[in-house]
Amino acid sequence: MKTKQKTVRISIIGFGNVGGGVAEVIKRKREEIARKYGIDIKIVGIADMKGVIVNENGLSDDAIMKLKTGEKPEDMTTLDVIKEVEHEVMVEATPTNVVSGEPGLTHMITALESGRDVVTSNKGPLALQYRKLMELATTKGKEMRFEATVGGAMPIISLVRENLAGNGIISIEGILNGTCNYILTRMVEEELPYEHVLKEAQERGIAEADPSKDVAGTDTAVKLVILANSVFGRAVTYKDVDVAGITDITPEALKLANDAGYVIKLIGEVDRDECLKVAPRLVPKDDPLNVGGTLNVATIKTDLAGDITVIGKGAGPIEAASAILSDIIGIYIST
Amino acid sequence: MKISMDIELKDIPGQLVLALKPVSDFGGNILSVLHQRDKKTPSGRIPVQLVFEIEERRLDRLVEGLKERGVNVVRIGKERLKESMVVLLIGHIVHSDIRKMIDSIDSTGFAEVVELSLSMPGVDKKSSASVTLSAIGTEELKEALNILERTVNKKGIMVISSI
Repeated sequence: MKTKQKTVRISIIGFGNVGGGVAEVIKRKREEIARKYGIDIKIVGIADMKGVIVNENGLSDDAIMKLKTGEKPEDMTTLDVIKEVEHEVMVEATPTNVVSGEPGLTHMITALESGRDVVTSNKGPLALQYRKLMELATTKGKEMRFEATVGGAMPIISLVRENLAGNGIISIEGILNGTCNYILTRMVEEELPYEHVLKEAQERGIAEADPSKDVAGTDTAVKLVILANSVFGRAVTYKDVDVAGITDITPEALKLANDAGYVIKLIGEVDRDECLKVAPRLVPKDDPLNVGGTLNVATIKTDLAGDITVIGKGAGPIEAASAILSDIIGIYIST
Repeated sequence: MKISMDIELKDIPGQLVLALKPVSDFGGNILSVLHQRDKKTPSGRIPVQLVFEIEERRLDRLVEGLKERGVNVVRIGKERLKESMVVLLIGHIVHSDIRKMIDSIDSTGFAEVVELSLSMPGVDKKSSASVTLSAIGTEELKEALNILERTVNKKGIMVISSI
C-alpha cells in the first residue's frame, strides 16, 4: 500500500454510455482507489456535444448530472478543455469512426501535444493512425493506453504487455464481437434464421438499429488491426484485413456443423507474420473458444506459456469503464 | 503413408527388437506398438500390431526383410488418407455443379472428398453443405482446402473452415 497520495486529474471527452460509465465507476471506486493505490482521481472537465463543464477542483456529482440534462454548459470548446484545463489524463470516449478517425483523432493529438496522457475506448484513431499516435506519445513522454478498445473488460493488451512479458506472442484468435456471438448462439439454440434473431437482438439492445458494423465483421476487423499494431508491431490498417461477416450463415449450416461436432463463430485471427482475417469459422465444441451469449474470448498463443485463453464481457458501459479505469491506474502505479 | 500391420513373433527373447529394427532401417516412423503376450496364437506365437509411417515404395522390401528374420506378416492395412477436416459451404451449391467441385479435389491424387451432407431448405434459398476432406498429410490437406476455396469462391459460395 502506498502512503503518499497522488492526485490524478482527468477530462472525459465524449459523454455517452462509455464516458458516463467512467464517471460512474470513478464515483463508486474513488475512495477504494485512493486507499489501495494512493491515487486520487478527480474529474476536472467533461466535454460532449451537449456542452462543456469544468471545475479545476473536481466536478461535483450535481454538476455532472446537470450536463446530462443539458444545463449550464461553459462557454468553451472541447479542444479548449483539452488544451487549457490543467489535467493529467484525457479519457477519449467519443464514438468510433473508421473512415476519418474524427473527432477522436484530433482530441488525442491535441491531448498528447498538451502534455496529457491518453486513455481511450475509441477504436477509429488507433485503427487508422496507430503509429503516428504512438510516436507522438513517445516524443512527448506521455502514455497512450487503449485496453477498452479490444474485448471491453477482457484484458488482452495489458495481459500481453505485463503478465506475459518475455513471451513471444505467436498469434491471437478469438471472438471479439459480442453481438455476433449472441446472434450465432441464439440461432443454434432456437434453430431460427438470422433475420429473426437479429430482430430479437435489436429489441434487447444487444444489436444496434444499424447492425452492419457488427454483423459485417467491421468491428472485429478494427480490433484486430489494433492488436496487429500494438501486440505484433505490424503496420496495418483496416483496409488490410480480409473480412467476412455472419449475415449469410443459415440455420442448416449451424445444424450440419453441430452434427460434425462444431459450432460456427465469427473469429478474428492475427499473427506475427501475414494473417489478418475475420471470418465465420468452425470451432470444435470442446475448444475454449466455444463460449456463448454476448461473451468475448481470445486465445493467445505464446512461445513459453503455451496457449492462454481469456473470456469476458466485451461490451457495456461499466465493462468498458473498467478497462479505462485500470489503464488510468496502470499509468500511475508504473511511474 | 500410414500402415497398420499385424505380425506374429516366436516366443523367445529379442524377437520384438528383431521385428522393429527393419522398420526404422527402411526409414519408417513407428507410431504405435501393441505387444500382446497374453494372446498367443494356436501355433504358440505372439501377435503384435504395429502402426507406422513409411514411403510406399519401401513397403515391399520391408515385408521381405521381416520374413527373412522369421517374422510372420499376417496382415497389411494401408491408410493412405490419414488427415481429415470438415468444411461447411453456404450458397447455391447444387446449381453450381457440385460434381466439378468434388472432381477438383479427387483429381489431385493426394486428397479426396470422403463425405458430403447437403441441406436444401427451399428451391430459392441457399443450401448448406458439410464436406469432409481427407488427404495424405497436413500440407496436402491445406492445399485441398485452397483448391476447394478457389473453385467455389468464384460461384459466390461461402467456405467456413475450422480454426
